[in-house]
Amino acid sequence: MKGKLTYIWSVTRLPVVAVAFGFIVGALCIAVTGNNPLVAYMALFKGSLGSMPSIGETMYKVTPILFTGLAAAISFRCGLFNIGAEGQYVVATVATVAVAWFGQELPRLILLPLILIAGFCAGGIWGGFAGLLKAKRGINEVISTIMLNWIALYIANYMVRVPLSTNVLAGLPRAGHSVIIPDAAKLTKLKELVSSFGYSSAHTGIFIALAAAVVMWYILFKTTTGYEIRTVGLNASAAEYGGISKAKNTVLAMFLSGGLAGLGGAVQITGLVFMVNQSPALPGYGFTGLSVALVGCSHPLGVIPSALLFGILENGSRQMQLAGIPSEITSIISGVILVFIAGSLILKLAGDKLKFFGKNPAVDTGKEGA
Amino acid sequence: MDTILEMHNITKVYPGVTALDNVSISIKKGEVHALIGENGAGKTTLMNILYGLYQPDAGRILLNGKPVSINSPREAIALGIGMVHQHFMLVENFTVAENIVLGHEPRKGLTLDMEAAKASVREVSDRFGLEVDPDARIEDISVGLSQRVEILKALHKGAEILILDEPTAVLTPQEIDDLGEILQNLTKEGKSIIMITHKLKEVLGMSDRVTILRRGKVVGTVQTSETTADELAEMMVGREVNLSSDKAEKTAGEVILSVEHLTVKDHRNLPAVKDVSFEVRQGEILAIAGVDGNGQKELVEAITGLMPTESGKVTLCGKDITGANPRTVIEAGTGHIPQDRQKRGLILQSSLTENLILGYHYRPPFAKNGRMDQVKIAEHGKELIQEFDIRTPNQEVSAGSLSGGNQQKVIIAREFYKDPSLLIAAQPTRGLDVGAIEFVHMRLLEQRDNNKAVLLVSLELDEIMNLADRIAVIYHGQIVGVLDAAQATERKLGLMMAGGTSEDKGDVS
Repeated sequence: MKGKLTYIWSVTRLPVVAVAFGFIVGALCIAVTGNNPLVAYMALFKGSLGSMPSIGETMYKVTPILFTGLAAAISFRCGLFNIGAEGQYVVATVATVAVAWFGQELPRLILLPLILIAGFCAGGIWGGFAGLLKAKRGINEVISTIMLNWIALYIANYMVRVPLSTNVLAGLPRAGHSVIIPDAAKLTKLKELVSSFGYSSAHTGIFIALAAAVVMWYILFKTTTGYEIRTVGLNASAAEYGGISKAKNTVLAMFLSGGLAGLGGAVQITGLVFMVNQSPALPGYGFTGLSVALVGCSHPLGVIPSALLFGILENGSRQMQLAGIPSEITSIISGVILVFIAGSLILKLAGDKLKFFGKNPAVDTGKEGA
Repeated sequence: MDTILEMHNITKVYPGVTALDNVSISIKKGEVHALIGENGAGKTTLMNILYGLYQPDAGRILLNGKPVSINSPREAIALGIGMVHQHFMLVENFTVAENIVLGHEPRKGLTLDMEAAKASVREVSDRFGLEVDPDARIEDISVGLSQRVEILKALHKGAEILILDEPTAVLTPQEIDDLGEILQNLTKEGKSIIMITHKLKEVLGMSDRVTILRRGKVVGTVQTSETTADELAEMMVGREVNLSSDKAEKTAGEVILSVEHLTVKDHRNLPAVKDVSFEVRQGEILAIAGVDGNGQKELVEAITGLMPTESGKVTLCGKDITGANPRTVIEAGTGHIPQDRQKRGLILQSSLTENLILGYHYRPPFAKNGRMDQVKIAEHGKELIQEFDIRTPNQEVSAGSLSGGNQQKVIIAREFYKDPSLLIAAQPTRGLDVGAIEFVHMRLLEQRDNNKAVLLVSLELDEIMNLADRIAVIYHGQIVGVLDAAQATERKLGLMMAGGTSEDKGDVS
């Protein structure tokens, strides 16, 4: 048991220290602006976790970044850097609205799962396409997914203004947003289940996200698919040698990654927004997801507390502002956490390269000879 | 000869392991001192202490009779101690001169004085007879030359004592001879050399004195001229070692692997294997002898499906596996001990348990319907660790934390578990100590005696002469001849490895 705990600490040490460091630097910044850090952090946590409604608000902020965090995590595990969760998310929101609109006659029990599957598949295909380009033509997924993000955005804007616009469907001039999905396609609000959630817009999507995290954990660590994806991510040459197809797993990991981002989009539409707006810019959840995955050590279960942290920072910043502290402090905190984590990863990489380890006794004594 | 360096009663304890226990060693000026011992005996730890990478828990170091404390490699270098690591630490796309002056570059104002750098490199290389082209890029030069650059780098920084960690592990026989000459030149100039190794032949050929370590303790220091390989091996392992394996007579059975007119192109799209044909039969070991880089890697990778074949045909147990993917080749009955165990053979960051199922991780009893049976997998890991005597604290440590010999045991255990009809062993004993080599040889012969086919690729003639039933010599991607082991002599093979055909053998024998 002790061994297990030591092991868990050895992997979680880095993010825990990084987070502590982030809050310390944040406190210094608050103090420099002439405020009391204690007051600020009290407000931060009160605003995000202080009451049932505020917990609900935090939960709905956590939901999409938990999905995109999972999306990034699974791509990292396969040695891929999926920056395209943005685009995969956007494509899925459009697919969601389309399926919801054209399937509005269907009963809720069929329509809702159908929508979520459509969102997953739309995002998955968008991500899987980048995977295919990488597997077949060696096109770097960072480049292709960034480009696919913008393609997704402009396709979405067109779809929203033309084929999926309320006005166009009703024979009127174009409008800047899509149709609103029918009630049968909406997720249940938590306040309908537990009234004390009050004004918060939290919805059952958070449970879908948590379930997705558990499913991803299972796939990654308990199935042959996960073993193969992780092996390709850790050592593609050894994977090939072991009869594991790098190409197949690249496409699969990108499909799963895109699918998770897409599911996030579908949940966001069915749980909160109910339509897609024309937008000049990408929503940003995909990029936050990268940070979430980094802090969560690319572990599906580690992503959960990590997403919660980002949700708390985002939701609590409002209360902090009311207490007279600039809300940008939360950006500083998350920035410091990321710099710290990325920095230690770089140091670790460099350390491996230079062989200047010396922390792990097994490494020291074991490295005799060749 | 004066004593230049003394390490007295050095002790280093890690939690649970005493890596060095009261170790004392003294180095004389101008000698080549070999430091030998099995994997895990403490050789590298001792040298890392000398080089300032680790601090000893007890003991002291005397340099020219004066006590010194060495807290970092920088301090070691300042004291005239240089180290050439087994894995070279060179910047691949820098030139030789740039690599050598790296860290103490001559400057002209704000810019690098490349001419001065080259001149100083030339000066050092002339002085010690270590010829290099200062303008060549590291990525373009051979392994032997890279090592020469590493040695120059240390000399350029003013090293008086040079530590060489497994210097011959990556070299071809010719390059090993060159290294021997280099070491002679260096000692003539008064440099002292500490050579970590476990190849006894080179210890006998190159060193003046030998210190033997076993499990963190000094077993003894002997004059090289007064000892033999058998004696050294016994001191290293602590028991008698059988350096030449006994082979039972055996007649080869049916053809298992047949390679016909195989041509393979390397990653630069140049033909690396040209029209190669051979057969491996049940109950025989066919060895491919040759100098490194003559197409062995491409030949093995093409057979195992890791590289595309250009033309020709590969048949395994009657099944055409030309151009098949690696999984098909494995399923047809191949086990493969790859040449590059860290890159191909292991997932260094993963646990031993996970490494021990690579290649059959998807098959029952380890997985059913895509779900892995963690209990069975863990049991399997435990069993193999025990059966193959893999020295590890537990099965959950990463493969990368094991010593080279134990890493190789992990691969061998995994490949033998497949019970393959054909076992391909590419340089299976590279960088291993005598104890581990004995183990690998025993296992390979066992495979042969169980009526399986073994394809052995090796650079070590001793190993080939010892194990093989038939020997095919590869040169420039072509098989220049196949000999029965009984007819083969080292000279004959050496000549063929240099490109002479089997017809020339009459002149030699």
